[in-house]
Amino acid sequence: MTVVSLEKVDKTFGKGGVTALQGIDLDIGEREFVSLIGPSGCGKSTLLRIVGDLIQPTSGEVVVNGKSARRAREDRDYGIVFQDAVLFDWRTVAKNIALPLEMLGWDRNRRQERVKEMLRLVELDGFGSHHPWQLSGGMQQRVSIARALSFDPPLLLMDEPFGALDEMTRERLNLELLRIWDALGSTIVFVTHSISEAVFLSTRVVVMSPRPGRITDVVEIDLPQPRSAETREQPRFFELVADVRHKLRGSDELVSEAELIVAEEGL
Amino acid sequence: MASVAVERPSRFGVAWRPLLHRVGLMLAVAAGLWAFWEAFKWVGEETAFKLGQFTVNDRTLPHLHDIVGQLFEPSRRNGPLLIEVLWDAALFTAKEAAVGFFLGASIGFALAVILAHSRLLQRGFLPYIVASQTVPILAIAPMVVIWLGGRGLPDWLSVSVIAAYLTFFPVTINTLRGLESADPRALELLRSYAANRWRILWKVRVPASLPFLFTALKVSATASVVGAIIGELPASIQSGLGGAILNFNQYYVSSPASLWATNLIAALLGITFFLAVVLAEKLVVRRAPEHVA
Amino acid sequence: MTAGPTAVQPVPRGVFARRVGRGVRDWIPAAVVFLLGLAAWEFGVKALDVENFLLPPLSDILETLWDDRSGLIEAAWFTFKEALGGFLVGSSAGIAVALVLARWRPLASAVLPYAIAANAIPIIAFAPITNNWFGLLSPWSKIAIAAIICFFPVLVNTLKGLTSVRPSSIELMRSYAAGEVEIFRRVRIPTALPFVFSALKVATVLAMIGAIVGDYFGGSQDSLGIVIRRDAGIFAFDHAWAGIVIASLLGIMFYAAVATLERLAMRWQPSARIE
Repeated sequence: MTVVSLEKVDKTFGKGGVTALQGIDLDIGEREFVSLIGPSGCGKSTLLRIVGDLIQPTSGEVVVNGKSARRAREDRDYGIVFQDAVLFDWRTVAKNIALPLEMLGWDRNRRQERVKEMLRLVELDGFGSHHPWQLSGGMQQRVSIARALSFDPPLLLMDEPFGALDEMTRERLNLELLRIWDALGSTIVFVTHSISEAVFLSTRVVVMSPRPGRITDVVEIDLPQPRSAETREQPRFFELVADVRHKLRGSDELVSEAELIVAEEGL
Repeated sequence: MASVAVERPSRFGVAWRPLLHRVGLMLAVAAGLWAFWEAFKWVGEETAFKLGQFTVNDRTLPHLHDIVGQLFEPSRRNGPLLIEVLWDAALFTAKEAAVGFFLGASIGFALAVILAHSRLLQRGFLPYIVASQTVPILAIAPMVVIWLGGRGLPDWLSVSVIAAYLTFFPVTINTLRGLESADPRALELLRSYAANRWRILWKVRVPASLPFLFTALKVSATASVVGAIIGELPASIQSGLGGAILNFNQYYVSSPASLWATNLIAALLGITFFLAVVLAEKLVVRRAPEHVA
Repeated sequence: MTAGPTAVQPVPRGVFARRVGRGVRDWIPAAVVFLLGLAAWEFGVKALDVENFLLPPLSDILETLWDDRSGLIEAAWFTFKEALGGFLVGSSAGIAVALVLARWRPLASAVLPYAIAANAIPIIAFAPITNNWFGLLSPWSKIAIAAIICFFPVLVNTLKGLTSVRPSSIELMRSYAAGEVEIFRRVRIPTALPFVFSALKVATVLAMIGAIVGDYFGGSQDSLGIVIRRDAGIFAFDHAWAGIVIASLLGIMFYAAVATLERLAMRWQPSARIE
C-alpha cells in the first residue's frame, strides 16, 4: 500500500519568487525507509514539510495514507522529528513524550503506560522525571523520537534529526532507529546531508538537486536486513555510497549545464 | 524544462510596500486612540459615568484638541505662550536629566566592571545594590538637596544626583550580565594571545555587553527624566517641568488643559530621551535579527 | 546490539538542592558588607562631614523607629495597600491586554510602538491629575497612578514573552493539528512566564515608588509618603529616616514575595536569574 504519493508537486515561494520544488513525483510504500539527500537549496526539507502539510504546494497532488495531506495531519497520521529536539523546558521528559497524547485526549493511565513503553523503546528508562536541559543532545533527540512515535503513527518524518550530533552518537542512534523501525513497522521519510547515513538506513535513496529543486535520481539500496555495524564495512556498502556520491555530483554538473544553456539562449 | 528562478527586486533596496503598510497601520492606531478618548469622553458625559469620585467632564478629561490648543495660549494673562514656558522648562529639566543620566550610567558601568571581576564582591554588594532601589529616593531628596546645597553646589545638581540614583541600577545589573555573557571561546582566544585583563575587558567583554547595556539605557533614559522631574519638587526648583506641574496643578480648576499640556510636554521629553538612546543603539550595536514566531 | 544511554549523569537541580548546596557560605560576603556598612555609617558619616541632622546615626533612627513603631507601621500599611492595589490592577490589565494582542498579531505590531513610547513617559507626572480625578486624600488616586506605572512594563514584557516562541515549536504543534488556542495554552503561555515574572518583580518596585512619590503631589495624612515629607519639612530627619527604613523593608518584602512565587511557579528553570 502506498503511504505517501506525490504527483507533479511544485512549490514556489512568493509571487514569481524562488522555485523550491518542481515536478516532484514520488511514491513511498509501507514499511519503506526513504532518505532524501541533496545539497542545500534542493528543497528536501520543503518536500518533507509538504508531506506533513506544514507547507502547502503551489500545484500538484499530495496523498498521505490515502487522504489529502491536510486530512492526514488532522488525523495525526505522522510524527515529526526536527534537527533540534524542540522539547519544552517546562515539561519533564515524560510529560514531553506525553504531549501529543494529551492533545489526543488519552486518559492519564493510558498516557503513563505508553510513556513507559516509549522510554523503554528508546532506552531512556528512569529518565522520565528529568528535564530536557539535564540530558545530552543525543538523549534529547531520543526523547523527540519517542514523542513522535508515542501515538503510533504509520508515518515518521525526520528532518536531519542527527545532524547536530557527533559521529559516534550518530552511528549509535542510526542503529537504534533501525531497531525501532523494525519493531514498529513504520514508514520513514528521512532527510539528511550524510551520504553514508542515507545508504546505511534506507531501502531507497532519493537524490535531489537545486535550482529548481527536483528529484534527479533514485538509488535502490539492496543491503541485507537487519543492518548492523558490520554493514558499514561491506564492499556493497561502499559501492552504494560511491554511487550516490557520483549521482549527487552529477546533479551538480547537470545544474551548471542548464545554466550554460540558459545563458546561451539569452533567457 | 528548465526554469530560471527570478527574485523581484525592491525599489531603493528597501521593501517599501510593507513599510508603508506598517506606517499606515500605526497612523490608524493613533487615530483609533484619539477616537477612543473622545468616544469615552462623550459616552461618559452622556451616561454620567461615575467611579468613586471620578466623573467625566471637561475638567477631568479635556478634549485632546483643547489640550494641544492650550499650548498656544498665553500661560497667564499677558504672559508668554504656554508652549514657550514649557519649552524652557523642558530644556531645564532635560539638562538635569542628561547630567544625571551620564553620571548614573558611568557609575553603573564602572560598578559592573568591578563586580564582573570578582564573584566575592558580587555576593557582598549585589543584595544592597538591589535593595537600594527599594529606598524611596523621593524621601531622601530633601536631604540630598540640603547636603549638596550646603557645599555650595547649585540646586539643579542635586536633582541630577537623584536622577543618577534612578539611572545607575539597571545599567549595573544589565552590564554585569552582559560582561559575563562573553563567549568563553573568545576569551580563550585572547588568553592565547597573552592578553592582560584590561585588553580582554575592552576587546571582548565590553562589546559583548553592549546589547545588554543599551537595553538598560532605554530604561534609564526614562528613569533619569522621572528623577529629574520629581527631584525638582523637594528642591523647590521653579524653572523645570516639575515646578511647572506643581504650578499648573494649582490652577487645575480654572485651566485643566494647562496641566495636561504640561504632562504632554513631559511625556514628549521622556520619549525624546528614549528615542535618542534607540538611535545611539542603532549606530553602535549591530545585532543579528532574532528568529522568533 | 544495543547501546546504553550516553554516559552523562545529570545533576538534579531543584529549589532545595540550590539552597542547601549554596546556602550559608554564600551569604557571608553580604553579611560582611552589611557590618562594614553599619560601621561606615556610625563612624564614617563624620568623616564625610554629613550634617548629623541629615543622616543621624543608625542607633538614633532605630530608636525613633521603635518609639513610633505603631504609627509608622500603620502609615506603611496604608501606603502598601495603595501600592498593592495599583500593582494588582496594573499587572492584571497588562497581562490581559498582552494576551489579547498576542492573539491578533497585526494589532500587536501596530500598538507595540505606542506601548513602548508610553513606557518612556514619566507617568508619575500624572499624579496631580489622578489626584484631581479621585480626590487628593483618597487612596484611589495613588492606586490609579501605581496601576498606570505598572501597566506598560508588564504589557510590553508579557507580549514579548508570548511572541518569542521558536518557530519549530509552532511547527511541532501544527503537526499535531493544534489550533491557536492550544498553541497558546501549551506553548506561548509557559514560554511567557519567565518574562511575566521578570516584569512583575520590577512592577513591585514601581508600584511602591508610585504610591510613595505620588504623595509628593498631595495625599492623605495617613500615608507614609506624606509622613516622610512632613518630617523632612520640619527637619525631623530621624523620623523621616525611620519612615524610609520601613518603606524600604516593605519594598524588599514585596519584591521577595513575588520572587518566591516565581521560584515556585517555575521550578523547572535551570538557572537562577538576577533581575
